[in-house]
Amino acid sequence: MTQYILRRVLIAIPTLLVISFVIFAVLAMAPGDPLAQFALNPAIPESTRQLIRTQFGLDQPWPIRYVKWLTSLSRGDWGFSFSTKSPVIDIVWQRMPQTLQVVGLAYLIAVCLAIPIGILSAVTQYSIFDNIATFFSFVGFSVPSFFTGILCILLFAVNLKWFPIVYSTTLEVNSLATFGQQVRQMFLPVLVLVVQQTAALTRFMRSSMLDNLSLDYVRTARAKGLSDRVVVVRHVLANSLIPVITLIALGIPTIFAGAIITENLFRVNGLGALLITSINNSDTPVVMALTFIFSILTIIFNLIADIMYGVLDPRVRYG
Amino acid sequence: MSEADQALDGRTTVTTTSALSQQLTTGIAIKPRTLLGDAWRRFRRHRLAMFGVATLLFFGLSVSLGPLIYQGYLLRQLEQEGMPISNPHPDLRALVDHLDFLSLMTPPNSIHLLGTDDLGRDLLARCMYGGRVSLAVGFVAMIIAISLGTFVGAVAGFFGGSIDQILMRITDLFLSLPVIPFILLTVYLFRDPVILAMGSPETGIFMIVVTVIGCLAWMQTARIVRASFLSLKEKEFVEAATALGVGTWAIMFRHILPNAMGPIIVAATLEVGSAIITESTLSFLGVGFPPDTPTWGRLVTDGSQYLQAAPWLALFPGALIFLAVLSINFLGDGLRDALDPRSRL
Amino acid sequence: MTHKRLWTWLVLMVTATTLLSACGKKPAQTPPTTAPVAATTTAPVASTAATTAATTAPTVAPTAAPTEIPTVAPTATPVAGGTLKILYAQAITVINPYQSTGTKDLDGATVIFEPLARYNQNDELVPYLAEEIPTLANGGIAKDSKSITWKLKKDVKWSDGTPFTADDVIFTWQYCSNPDTGCVWMSVFSNVDKVEAVDPTTVKVTWKKATSNPYNVFVSNTGMIIQKAQFANCVGKAAIADAACQKANLAPIGTNAYKLKEFKPGDTVIYEKNPNYRDVANTFFDTVEIKGGGDSTSAARAVCETGEVDYAWNLQVPAAVLTPILAAGKCDTVAGGSFGVERININFTNPDPILGSKRSEPDQPNPILNDLKVRQAIAKAIDRKPISEQLYGPAGAPTCNISVVPLAFTSTALTCERDLEGAKKLLDEAGWVLPDGKSIREKDGKPLKLTFQTSINTIRQGVQAIVKTNLADAGIQVDLKAIDPGVFFGSDPGNPDTLQKFYTDLQMYTNTPSDIGLDSYFVSWTCAEVNSSKVKWSKANDTRYCSKDYDALYTQFTAELDPAKRADLAKKLNDFLVNDVVVIPLINRMTPNGKSKTLEGPTYQTFDSVLWNIQSWKRTS
Repeated sequence: MTQYILRRVLIAIPTLLVISFVIFAVLAMAPGDPLAQFALNPAIPESTRQLIRTQFGLDQPWPIRYVKWLTSLSRGDWGFSFSTKSPVIDIVWQRMPQTLQVVGLAYLIAVCLAIPIGILSAVTQYSIFDNIATFFSFVGFSVPSFFTGILCILLFAVNLKWFPIVYSTTLEVNSLATFGQQVRQMFLPVLVLVVQQTAALTRFMRSSMLDNLSLDYVRTARAKGLSDRVVVVRHVLANSLIPVITLIALGIPTIFAGAIITENLFRVNGLGALLITSINNSDTPVVMALTFIFSILTIIFNLIADIMYGVLDPRVRYG
Repeated sequence: MSEADQALDGRTTVTTTSALSQQLTTGIAIKPRTLLGDAWRRFRRHRLAMFGVATLLFFGLSVSLGPLIYQGYLLRQLEQEGMPISNPHPDLRALVDHLDFLSLMTPPNSIHLLGTDDLGRDLLARCMYGGRVSLAVGFVAMIIAISLGTFVGAVAGFFGGSIDQILMRITDLFLSLPVIPFILLTVYLFRDPVILAMGSPETGIFMIVVTVIGCLAWMQTARIVRASFLSLKEKEFVEAATALGVGTWAIMFRHILPNAMGPIIVAATLEVGSAIITESTLSFLGVGFPPDTPTWGRLVTDGSQYLQAAPWLALFPGALIFLAVLSINFLGDGLRDALDPRSRL
Repeated sequence: MTHKRLWTWLVLMVTATTLLSACGKKPAQTPPTTAPVAATTTAPVASTAATTAATTAPTVAPTAAPTEIPTVAPTATPVAGGTLKILYAQAITVINPYQSTGTKDLDGATVIFEPLARYNQNDELVPYLAEEIPTLANGGIAKDSKSITWKLKKDVKWSDGTPFTADDVIFTWQYCSNPDTGCVWMSVFSNVDKVEAVDPTTVKVTWKKATSNPYNVFVSNTGMIIQKAQFANCVGKAAIADAACQKANLAPIGTNAYKLKEFKPGDTVIYEKNPNYRDVANTFFDTVEIKGGGDSTSAARAVCETGEVDYAWNLQVPAAVLTPILAAGKCDTVAGGSFGVERININFTNPDPILGSKRSEPDQPNPILNDLKVRQAIAKAIDRKPISEQLYGPAGAPTCNISVVPLAFTSTALTCERDLEGAKKLLDEAGWVLPDGKSIREKDGKPLKLTFQTSINTIRQGVQAIVKTNLADAGIQVDLKAIDPGVFFGSDPGNPDTLQKFYTDLQMYTNTPSDIGLDSYFVSWTCAEVNSSKVKWSKANDTRYCSKDYDALYTQFTAELDPAKRADLAKKLNDFLVNDVVVIPLINRMTPNGKSKTLEGPTYQTFDSVLWNIQSWKRTS
């Protein structure tokens, strides 16, 4: 086991190098211009643009830039952002709390909702409950989040005036009143995300349960005279959770990636919003840092999922 | 208890009564029954699956033959209204582009059966035209993503070892690619050569769109399939098959894969819906279909802005995507039940 | 995983959700807006100060006598204090105006910094750090137009308490004109020969060559003065490489009514009252908050429907979306001046992909559009009315001119009503005829097909649809293309879809003069600026139009120093371009900004920041 983990960690290092190289190449070659917002301003002629590019180090060929990026990263320097002219890592840290709060909480709620709903749906397949759950989970993933988001804004913010549209990142929670404010401003973005994330997880949970319900050991258990509940909870659930838990573990890195559309809609300005604005402004050092951190997390959680898989299912051998 | 009722009664009862019904039917059968024949009979009894098939057939007919009927109707109505089309030889495309300034943002009425947008364009005509693109993109991209994902996942899970390592690290790479710059880059690199190779811009763009969507969506399927294979390959029936001398690939795709179909079908269903929506995201990056192609995803996105003033603009195309995804899922459920070798009727 | 744990999970979850929703509902009784409440409860010490704030006209003391700034006389006594909440669709990322990457950064800097003078909404100069506006009459401008002398206000202090002097002005020039600083506005200073301090409160700027626009430097949002003490070590490469300078770029010291309190780059800036401001008694708000991100529609809702914010920048959304939101009655739009002219540019070269690397090169004439009659037909077939009414609404007005500001320089000679029959006639004359049974015109067996590109933006795609139908009515087929704005406006030479490469027949975007002089605006149709692969597509003339007559007129314009004659020549240049259908002007865009009905002070702007007079903004009851 320890040997297996050690080997996986050792493999991760060259993997990450290759990944960083490919991402860097994609970003360097993809079209874009950090000064696009001033595109047509006659006061910024090509000569000025050239000077600014030189200052950003963009005048060098990208393989050299990659080597430079890698060497400074090994010293813990993630480079500086073209749009804030300050270290990238500062901005990432600044954006982390709101993303973890909103997207993380939504993921937690979604998992807590999806597992029981999926179980009940499968056990009572084709019942009214199952059909309602099916209906809503399909609404959840056939309706894009900007649609649900706008609907929520119209309903809860504009008409009922229960929740604000504009998320304040500078709110300091130091009293009950500010805590209430924080809960209120988090409500709508979390709701939109929960609707979306629950949907897919419910379907996977349901399907996994159904697969196990039809297996021979279930029949054996029933034949032994075990009650339905015991069969479901003791035997079926434990086995059906294996793939779902893997899926949940693999989904955790996406929390870090943030929720681009929802964050933007409610102005949560977390990591998702940072990623999309940086892409739009061709702020490559920020995009590079975010995607690379994301790939590190992906690899870590991949490993965790694989280990968990072995722990949960004794038949899986590490090879 | 009729057989149709049994089918709807849920899997648990089906499995307990199946032994009995199998005995009864095989006793009477004169012709030997095939696996596919069995599957088809089971599938036909699955009511929701039949509903799914019917809806999809209806969609298929409406986007292919529907315009023939609606075109004439709309032209007459526009003529009567006083906003006739100037094009002497109008086709569906002309109706999609026609601006009816006399009925701007009108709710569904007798002229425009599904209402109009803020420039007076007929929503039903747009949904029909867009449906062709959206349904094709959804299905083709889904097939690409699912086959790619299943293949990678199956190989990685079954063979394990360094093959698994390599394939899974490639999966990691794809998962961590920054999607938007990646799409922009691939499209700029491949758009012109593909269009040249395909002969026409429409097919070229279609090929690029489905390939890009498919290539960015196979990773989750691969992981799910790999996970299933990891545990299934240790099962007794695999040992049995190996002992019988069945070939490796046959074991993988004949014996193990059918047992992993459940999650694959869920993933496939999800993929159709997300492909339809991702297509609209591509259009928003300017790398998809031309801006005046009213695909369903685009109609929902554009319509969402008008949710307050003209809710039908987003609700109708939204409902279409929803119905399409739902029907595919029912179809998938039916297929899984029908193909499941354990649920004999 | 035992079943007991499962049920406890379920129970936990249910209680959690009920709690959450309960929390959500509780404060529903109180209105969600906090700002106005805060304004009344935190009644500042001197309510007399507030009354003076309300009664004294804004501190700008206009010399050029602008007609009006606040029109509404406040009826009730407003209580000074509270927070001014502003929403921007793009978040501010850096506050040093010379390192900015967009207008939003300049606006963020405007709250802190001041130039010597600013433009008001009528394009007239108002002194800020200057005592008065130098003119020929008061001797501030040299007779030979070779220099300008600014008298600075005395006793102006930076927000850290140190005095502001002529040295700071000179330093600003040194900072920005150093090529290694990477200053965005470097070219603004390109005509500056030297800047000297005549005495601590007098600055003399000497030009390399006589200029018709001496107010180009140290004026408006591109000329804000930064503190020498803070940036002295940040000239050249250190400007963004040095850690101390990086901090300074994000937290600069200024002279304006507010100073920085907290800055989250790309998200929120919070400013607080500057106690060292020369007119601090009249600063109304305690804090100003600029929040960035989101979309324009929800920004409009936040100011007009939920009232969460006081001011929202650029509500550029389709009229059909904006009108019902405005109807909620909590806000007004501030629209006027010009944000630029939305125009369709004609490609005079051939963009056919078959040409490969020769496409859109100056030596490849466009087979269709070099015929004036075809260009005129296109211009005549386009209907500006639905574009303005259905799409732009309060955000723009139809225009026939390519140059619309300043008003005195704008032509009144042109009309541009739709004339479909006229367009068809012109096409017939040009040899493009409609074959029987077809809906697209042909000439020598070739169909009349054009490609038309623009950036991705809901309104622009609406305009594309209208233009496509308009031209289809005349028998011209238009294939549309929409490109990601970052790509379309990017100047990346490796990228085929930029507006500089112009690989289509028509393209649409907005442009506006960067300064009141217009020289740098009209230059973009001269032969010298024609874009090609030779100049790496770095020039301004994307139409590749080249006419000796236009060049002659332009040379005459730049050499002229007399304002009246210049105005006349500017009109001629405008008419020349429009009559020769080099461009088809469509809409004069006005960025409509939304302001709450209780906020007083915001105006529209053409040549400066929309927050130019933020020191005088206040709340009325």
